[in-house]
Amino acid sequence: MTSTILYPVIALSALGLLAAVVLYLVAQRFRVFEDPRIDEVEEALPGANCGGCGYAGCRNFAEALVNSESFEGLYCPVGGNETMEAVARILGRESTAKEPQVAVLRCNGSCEYRPKINQYDGVSSCAVASALYGGDTGCQYGCLGLGDCVEVCTFDALHMDPVTGLPVVDDDKCTACGACVKACPRNLFELRKRWKGNKKIYVACMNEDKGGIARKNCSVACIGCAKCFKVCPYEAITMNNNLAFIDSYKCKLCRKCVLECPTASILEIGFPPRKEKTSEGVGEARIEKEKTKGTDA
Amino acid sequence: MLYTFSKGGIHPPEHKISSDSRIRDLQIPASVVIPLSQHLGAPARPVVNKGDVVKTGQLIAKGDGFVSSNVHASVSGKIVKIDKAVDLSGYQRPAVFIETADDEWDETIDRNPALATVISLESHDIISRIGEMGVVGLGGATFPSHVKLSVPRGKKAEVLIINGVECEPYLTSDHALMIEKGEEIMMGIQILRKALGVEKVIVGIENNKPDAIRNLSVIAKKYQAVKVAGLKVKYPQGGEKQLIKALINREVPSGGLPVDVGAVAFNVGTAFAVYEAIQKNKPLFERIVTVTGKSLKKPSNFRVRIGTPVSALIEAAGGLPEDTGKIIAGGPMMGKALASTDVPVVKGCSGILLLPENESKRNRIEPCIRCSKCVSVCPMGLEPYLLMSLSQKDMFDRLEEEKVMDCIECGSCSYTCPAKRPLLDYIRLGKARVGKIIRSRKKPA
Amino acid sequence: MSQLLTISPSPHVFGQKTVKSLMTGVIIALIPTFLMSVFIFGIGTLIVTSVAVVTCVLTEYLIQKYLMHTETRIGDGSAIVTGLLLAFNLPSNLPWWIIILGSVFAIGIGKMVYGGLGNNPFNPAIVGRVFLLISFPVQMTSWPLPIASRMQYVNAITGATPLGIMKEGLRNGEALTDLSGQIPGHMELFLGHMSGSLGEVSAIALLLGFVWLLYKRIITWHIPVVIIATVFSFTGILWLIDPVHNASPVFHILTGGLMIGAIFMATDLVTSPMTKAGMILYALGIGIITVVIRVFGAYPEGVSFAILIMNAFVPLINRTMKPKRFGKEVKYG
Repeated sequence: MTSTILYPVIALSALGLLAAVVLYLVAQRFRVFEDPRIDEVEEALPGANCGGCGYAGCRNFAEALVNSESFEGLYCPVGGNETMEAVARILGRESTAKEPQVAVLRCNGSCEYRPKINQYDGVSSCAVASALYGGDTGCQYGCLGLGDCVEVCTFDALHMDPVTGLPVVDDDKCTACGACVKACPRNLFELRKRWKGNKKIYVACMNEDKGGIARKNCSVACIGCAKCFKVCPYEAITMNNNLAFIDSYKCKLCRKCVLECPTASILEIGFPPRKEKTSEGVGEARIEKEKTKGTDA
Repeated sequence: MLYTFSKGGIHPPEHKISSDSRIRDLQIPASVVIPLSQHLGAPARPVVNKGDVVKTGQLIAKGDGFVSSNVHASVSGKIVKIDKAVDLSGYQRPAVFIETADDEWDETIDRNPALATVISLESHDIISRIGEMGVVGLGGATFPSHVKLSVPRGKKAEVLIINGVECEPYLTSDHALMIEKGEEIMMGIQILRKALGVEKVIVGIENNKPDAIRNLSVIAKKYQAVKVAGLKVKYPQGGEKQLIKALINREVPSGGLPVDVGAVAFNVGTAFAVYEAIQKNKPLFERIVTVTGKSLKKPSNFRVRIGTPVSALIEAAGGLPEDTGKIIAGGPMMGKALASTDVPVVKGCSGILLLPENESKRNRIEPCIRCSKCVSVCPMGLEPYLLMSLSQKDMFDRLEEEKVMDCIECGSCSYTCPAKRPLLDYIRLGKARVGKIIRSRKKPA
Repeated sequence: MSQLLTISPSPHVFGQKTVKSLMTGVIIALIPTFLMSVFIFGIGTLIVTSVAVVTCVLTEYLIQKYLMHTETRIGDGSAIVTGLLLAFNLPSNLPWWIIILGSVFAIGIGKMVYGGLGNNPFNPAIVGRVFLLISFPVQMTSWPLPIASRMQYVNAITGATPLGIMKEGLRNGEALTDLSGQIPGHMELFLGHMSGSLGEVSAIALLLGFVWLLYKRIITWHIPVVIIATVFSFTGILWLIDPVHNASPVFHILTGGLMIGAIFMATDLVTSPMTKAGMILYALGIGIITVVIRVFGAYPEGVSFAILIMNAFVPLINRTMKPKRFGKEVKYG
């Protein structure tokens, strides 16, 4: 009776011991040397493996940081300056601070403003639809609304708004990793300077068509009239291909351009509401739009 | 004996409802929109300006670079503007807008319908003339013909394959051409033969067009070493690689060209265009287009000027049926769905197909049951189920290993899938992305 | 035109086959076997089959609805097929609660834990059967006599299967010739007059189903033909070497679950390889393992185990056995 219990126990223990010895020897013999700082740096990184830094994952990025001379071109947008400082401490270098950023969608063409002219019936992928044709509205620059960006966001910061059919960025969750910027086949996402209180002013349009055509296809399209360009006191606005662009690093949030825009394609978000008074008739379009609009994008 | 290719293939219902219709000239439209990118390769550069008056057949845009093609005016009139217009690609691209005044042809074009049988030009001149006349592959790929005829150094063409397969369901434009313009096609073949310097010619026609086989066989007797071969009906036999395999049993190598196995293939429509370009000095500014659909009143084959809006074709075929759900430029297997009927007809547009609403929606996607039907129908010996999932996961290295670039996008996999999975949608996406990676690798770093 | 035009990538037309039509085809192919079984085992067949099918469908529905919170897809018929195949691999006198256990296991552990249809590596019906065989060896190996006990269910008179008789006899050192009195003749085996699982006995009914599956192009001939040929030739060689202690190849292919295994179980679309070459390799493996278990192993029957073992190799086979690509590769450009 004892033997039937004892022998297997002894045999298995012996086997286990033998395996342990072999494993130990093999591990010693075939050890690969690795800079121990890589582990430390990886520890300091957020560990989201989002690829926002341009590397496949945090481990790769840690290797790149350790092996590089300086931090030139290496930045973890998710961890931000804090993380980079921690990494700098580990490696005994200086870190260069960057201003925090946030992603914005440069399209406001919801179903209401941008009527559908055909129905898309392929797979639910912006990449596939974009390779196929100009989209289910007349605007071939705008959001396709199939959610490739939502799919790639590892931080749960993007969601489709079922009413507008456009993705919505959750500013508090967005880490500006840039995954959506890469995923969008229409290049509608832009990483902009993050202002206090998540205040934002930007041109929510990428339509390069001539004014009339753009307007016909989408009532909140930028028509390239350059009124905002003229009114901007800080030279933050540039005009290119019938399209205005506000540089978020030059913009001082004066909101003059917002009132000027005849199609209300410049959005202001995170500001207290304006008084319903317009000076010299400008900004009528904006107020008109706001009356019919629900929540802002 | 009937020829066919060995690997894969499907048998979709043929629906060749317009095959009895003779070719009719479509009325010249009041205005045309001629896209500058109607061919594979770089878009043509316009050589006319707004306000210029052009004659039918006059050059309006010149091919930019080697792989590109000339574009000619298809009507005579005034250039209204040179602007962007939505074309078959579904995007706005540069195009020339002409307002029709009349139909005054360029004086150099020979409008005598009699068959011209003497080929006076030499091989080199034939090729450059074909290039000047803007002839491209009319089967659908729109590859510039003069490029195809310029056989790379060190390679030799042995067989000229003429593609009269028309394996896409519904389409009958090549069929109609083979019935009515058999003599001209045969002359076109002689010209191509002289340009390439080849002896042997095989014309491949699927045996659902016995009248076309008969017609061309009779005409072929006048010439030496031209064989008209009947083919078993199987899609995608009209694919260049499949046709070459079917007719001469050679496989074009992966990543290679037909000329690697000594073959050069042209569509019958292209052969006809070559005839007109060389013997009549007529540029490619019109083509045969099938307008078809189950609910259409008069499914027909029209001779259409390039740049005519699709709506004019549908109107001439009896008007847009009430139940139309989808309009396709080309056949149902490889054609492109159109967002509107304002799109102009281009050189590569062989048909306009109207599908009723109940046939235009896809079915619900179900999980893959790994039935391997896609693997067995793939004419290129690929594994579509695997390519699709690799593409969804962005595994580009594996995709390349699994030969995604060999895919000819024939759609047999999506057609056959019992779970109605969008195999080709994702494979096409993966192919585009892998193609980009390969091109960036080729460029010197 | 009442609606906006539809746009989708090509192709724009699709074939008639659907998952549902494939499953319906399999169910139709199983009808001759079912009828034959009702004729041979009577009331037991009806009870076992209906309990298995109902439990499988219900289990799938409940799991999809309350555990996975996905769309319920019982309409595709795959659960019905699993239930039928499981029932056909059980003795007709099996108590109902064991059948329910087996069905729940087959669908729950054999299929749904992997994510449902298409994702399971092992044939769910076989998973269910093997689970029962290991858990309830006594009930799972008591076989009602054919024809004689048609009106009985649980208390049917039982006997041994031909394979069981042979295995037992050989183990006791008897020669095959001495056993021949207890084993039915070839014609009886072919028609199904023997003890066994309710769907495995009638070779002729199963072959009819095979013809239907081929005609409807639901499966290809590769897997069934190669399995049967492998078993035939392997046992044939053994028989030629020692006919006293080895049964004839015809006996082997007509008895046990070989026919139903080769035609319906091994060809399960989800768990079989994707290429023709892969299918042949897979079928070869099943054939060899079946014979090894039958002749050299402890169990009289080995088809289920053979299929499960080869199921495990399918991903590897898919990875290595590629279809022949069109055109040789050349370096170009």
